[in-house]
Amino acid sequence: MPGPELLSSQGLRLDGRRPDELRRIRCKLGVFTQPDGSAYLEQGNTKVLAAVYGPHQAAKSKLSTEGVVVNCQYSMATFSTSERKNRPRGDRKSQEMSLHLRQALSAAIKTELYPRSQIDIYVEVLQADGGAYCASVNAATLALIDAGVPLKAYACACTSSVAWRGNHPEALLDVGHVEEAAGGVCLTVAALPSVDSIALLEMSHRLHMDYFEVVMSRAMQGCKDIEIILDKAVREHLAEGWTKPDVITI
Amino acid sequence: MTRLATNTWTTKTFLTKTKRGNILKIVREHYLRDDLLCGSAACNVCPHKNDELVLDSTPDSICALFDYNHYLILDTNVVLHQIDILEDDALKNVIILQTVLEEVKHQNTAIFQRLLEIVGNKKRKFYSFVNEHHKDTYVERKPGEKANDRNDRAIRKAAKWYSGHLSKKGAGQFLQVVLLTDDETNRKLAQEESIVCCSVKDYIENTNGFPGLIDKLSKNVMPESSSKDALYPPHLTPSQIHTGIRNGKLHQGTFYASRDNFLEGSATISGYEKQILLQGHIGINRAIDGDIVAIEIFPEEEWRKPSDIVLEDKADDPGDFLEEESILLNNAKSAASADISPTGKVVGIIKRKWRQYCGILMPSKFPGATRHLFTPAEKRIPRVRIETRQSDLLASQRILVALDSWPRNSRYPLGHFVRALGPIGDKDAENEVILLEHDVPHARFSEAVLACLPPDNWTIPDEEIKKRVDLRSICVCSVDPPGCTDIDDALHARPLADTTTDGLKKYEVGVHIADVTYFVRPNTALDKEAASRSTTVYLVGKRIDMVPDLLSSNLCSLRGGEERFAFSCVWEIDENANVLNTKFHKSIIKSREAMTYEQAQIAIDDSSRKDEIASSLRTLNALAKKLKQKRLDNGALLLASPEIRFEVDSETHEPMEVQAKRILDTNSMVEEFMLLANVSVAQHIAAEFPQSALLRRHPAPPPANFTTFLKAASQQGFELDVSTNKSFSKSLNEAVIPSRPFFNTLLRIMATRCMQQAVYFSSGTLAQEDFYHYGLACPIYTHFTSPIRRYADVIVHRLLASCIGADATHASILDTKYAVSLCENLNYRHRQAQYAGRASVALNTHILFKDRVEVEPAVVLSVKRNALQVLIPKYGLEGPLYLPSDKFVYNEEEHVQICNGVVLKTFDEIVVRLSLDSTNLQHRKLVFQLVKPIIPGFSYEDREMDVELVEQPDVIEVVDITDLTSKKRNVQTKSKKKKTKK
Repeated sequence: MPGPELLSSQGLRLDGRRPDELRRIRCKLGVFTQPDGSAYLEQGNTKVLAAVYGPHQAAKSKLSTEGVVVNCQYSMATFSTSERKNRPRGDRKSQEMSLHLRQALSAAIKTELYPRSQIDIYVEVLQADGGAYCASVNAATLALIDAGVPLKAYACACTSSVAWRGNHPEALLDVGHVEEAAGGVCLTVAALPSVDSIALLEMSHRLHMDYFEVVMSRAMQGCKDIEIILDKAVREHLAEGWTKPDVITI
Repeated sequence: MTRLATNTWTTKTFLTKTKRGNILKIVREHYLRDDLLCGSAACNVCPHKNDELVLDSTPDSICALFDYNHYLILDTNVVLHQIDILEDDALKNVIILQTVLEEVKHQNTAIFQRLLEIVGNKKRKFYSFVNEHHKDTYVERKPGEKANDRNDRAIRKAAKWYSGHLSKKGAGQFLQVVLLTDDETNRKLAQEESIVCCSVKDYIENTNGFPGLIDKLSKNVMPESSSKDALYPPHLTPSQIHTGIRNGKLHQGTFYASRDNFLEGSATISGYEKQILLQGHIGINRAIDGDIVAIEIFPEEEWRKPSDIVLEDKADDPGDFLEEESILLNNAKSAASADISPTGKVVGIIKRKWRQYCGILMPSKFPGATRHLFTPAEKRIPRVRIETRQSDLLASQRILVALDSWPRNSRYPLGHFVRALGPIGDKDAENEVILLEHDVPHARFSEAVLACLPPDNWTIPDEEIKKRVDLRSICVCSVDPPGCTDIDDALHARPLADTTTDGLKKYEVGVHIADVTYFVRPNTALDKEAASRSTTVYLVGKRIDMVPDLLSSNLCSLRGGEERFAFSCVWEIDENANVLNTKFHKSIIKSREAMTYEQAQIAIDDSSRKDEIASSLRTLNALAKKLKQKRLDNGALLLASPEIRFEVDSETHEPMEVQAKRILDTNSMVEEFMLLANVSVAQHIAAEFPQSALLRRHPAPPPANFTTFLKAASQQGFELDVSTNKSFSKSLNEAVIPSRPFFNTLLRIMATRCMQQAVYFSSGTLAQEDFYHYGLACPIYTHFTSPIRRYADVIVHRLLASCIGADATHASILDTKYAVSLCENLNYRHRQAQYAGRASVALNTHILFKDRVEVEPAVVLSVKRNALQVLIPKYGLEGPLYLPSDKFVYNEEEHVQICNGVVLKTFDEIVVRLSLDSTNLQHRKLVFQLVKPIIPGFSYEDREMDVELVEQPDVIEVVDITDLTSKKRNVQTKSKKKKTKK
């Protein structure tokens, strides 16, 4: 079918990963001092900054007695893609992303603890190379932890796609930009792996039912792998002594 | 978790240009790994599993230059140019680097596929090493370094790494790696890095024990480099062509060589209504049929008309000079401007479309010479110069040759020998030529395909029986041509107890089609192979199956007395042949008898037979006649085409006798129900899958197709109305000359020639009204009834099965893009299969008339400028009868040829003498000579001529449909030992 072959005969992807491998993930908590919590995360060439303010008193219009209002803003730097973007936020795609972020993060935050308050989460994509949403969720989770917001579990997001190896479908984990652009399906999962629940599920293109299971389980596995990496980063950060928030070296 | 090695992340940065012309910087990740294997059995470092050891631990050397064990590493150009050498079994233990693989893929997909095939063949021991992602062999492009230089460096680095890696083994056993490259600078650099290297030519010329290998060496000369003694003007460089096309000075087009004149060709380019004429060696400038070329068009005053002379390349080898072509070409400028075509010349080649060509070696004047000329079977391809040391052996063989290059100083293109197909005139070799020239996939089924088959002792599983409707108790029988082993349809009919509200009798009629899709599951190797073959190809005395024999002649074939799976279409029909309701289901049947058309006819006619089969057949026959009448009333056309049947000797497989096919009532009976089934299924699947149903349509012919036909008919006094198929059918029926019973059939044969081809298409690609099938006069049609020999039917079976919930759907069924590409392939293969079938008939006709001369009555099909196209009804043979222009006067208006008061026109009955002209071994042809009417000085005279003018035997088959492809041809082997009479 169309596009370049995503999987070579030796079973490697275009960038040299195997189908079940994540891109290289590097992250750092507490990169800014001004916000209550912040984090920087790289997933391959996708680079994201997240900052959290709050919980603080909610604006009148948004106020809810049920729990905290999670307010997200997703934006992409004008220099984040190879062709310059002229509208960093407020376009349809960014608005949709903001909503999706809110859905995934609200599921992770123990919202019932802070009625009549709000948490603001700002995510800035510095460089986009596929899977910007996933990197945003992962970075925001770290930033929330950095801010000390109580979470039910880590919210981790991961994408997966499908390629053909001979006649068998092979699910590709953590899809990069080239693979995304090749026109195949792209399943995005945001999950709370440690409590086994899914916060958001989105898929581009159509996929036949027969192959859904393969793609889905691969994405879930990716979320679990990411959780381990995030958890390790949090522990290392704590071991360093998180009381020194002015360390901003990346 | 990830298994990436440490320090393994890097980025590749490069610049690219977008469609709008912006320069973009692209950054890509590039991961380096430490878990990639070297694939050698001599290695004890890499953690190989057993099946991953591709390369031998002690590879035998076949080259005298290197008398130690070694592996070969190739560079990209070696693969691109010497693929025929690589395909030879002689070379083993070769390492193909990923750098090479990717460059080849980028430059030539056909060669890339062939390379993959070799790598996939376990016996060849080719290992593809992923050097680009290996942490020790990856090289980064240096600033200012060319991509090619970087790739050469990567290849050298991998070679270096391999020799270091393999010598780690303790026991003192060192394995060497030899780098094959034809690039001199690369060799020099390699030697500096102490890598053993060698040119392909040196390596192959010093091999022991493979004498044929040297012949396969490609003679690749840089075509523009040799300016000394240049015969041809140089081609422009790609960038010159690019700018030329951009500013409108040059044009891009596909070059088509003329079949009749080797110094003439044409090209179609957009913006010009007429084809561009290209004449002479310089005008054609080394373009070969099919190439995409850049053309410069001459100013209008230099435009000419295409010459109408036949010009063949001279038989002797003229050496490297070009003839004075003004003599050869028709230089006269025609006064009539309508005849003039835009004329131009080829100035550059954009893309070569070379394939491998079949043909024969021309006898050389000097015994023992190694340089020879090769004449391709296809007339449009020029002769090829090849080098071989086995010319004595090959002189009597049909051989396959690949083209390498066409340097400026060579009259002919250079090529190399690929393989021999067999002795000239040998049946198998000639069949091989037909199959190769028509691009029919005919290799044996691969292991992967055969692995998809059920075991030989397969029996019907019980759980599958439970899922199906059990029709084993019903009296089903099949009717097919004699000798048919791939029986894909069977029928039954039985009266029902109740009647319609009008008091008409009701019948249940079932068509049962072999359930091929039970065995051919989607996306298996078997399925892919069947899809690529698309159809079973019938040659005389030979059948090239679409699915392996076990399925086509056994498990799927609905043989008499055996339980088989079927896909059934069952109707309730009243006695006036109105369909009351339709059911589809998967079933299991047991055919009572597999009959031939003749047997079935006898059973129907024999009134003493009162058994179940006979009465079922009689019901079917009666209903079929009513169905047919209905169809004809709707405007379906009854068209005819002469079809020949050979009686083939069972032992020698030589044709013994040829005759036109006979047609019986039962042929039309089976056909009628197949049509009904196809239409019913088409309606059903098109409703369920509006975007991706596979259907078949037959477009109405454009009125222009009919002009000569109508003129010829009016000369006989018939005005035909071709405005719609209904009126056409009606006027054809009325055009009868009682004294000439064959006339009407002839008319129908000629009407067939005016038709367009019926084609497969996907329902999503066209509007509903374009689904119309002109020949059958039905709004929707598909192919459902022959899944054993047509892939289209397999897809239709799958669609229908998922409609009725009998089978799981699968992804590609809904994929509209896939459906479109599938249809393209189906149509292409069907056309090629038809052409191959015709070529086979021609071949056998030639064999049959090898030593025989006959005088037979014939009819004139059409009148051409220099010939009559004549048909011999007895054999269904047709061919040209050439008329010399000094005797005959051609009247263009009336389409008649006149000589001494004798007027020859279409539909005339004449007598011709038939013989075979074997002077040209490649292109033997039947020669028709006029016997009657007698024209002194021209018609053939023989003193002992005794022509019995037999009454025209009306044996030409009348076929109902234009869907000529849908008819099964039989491969009959009669065990009669009668020799052909002299």
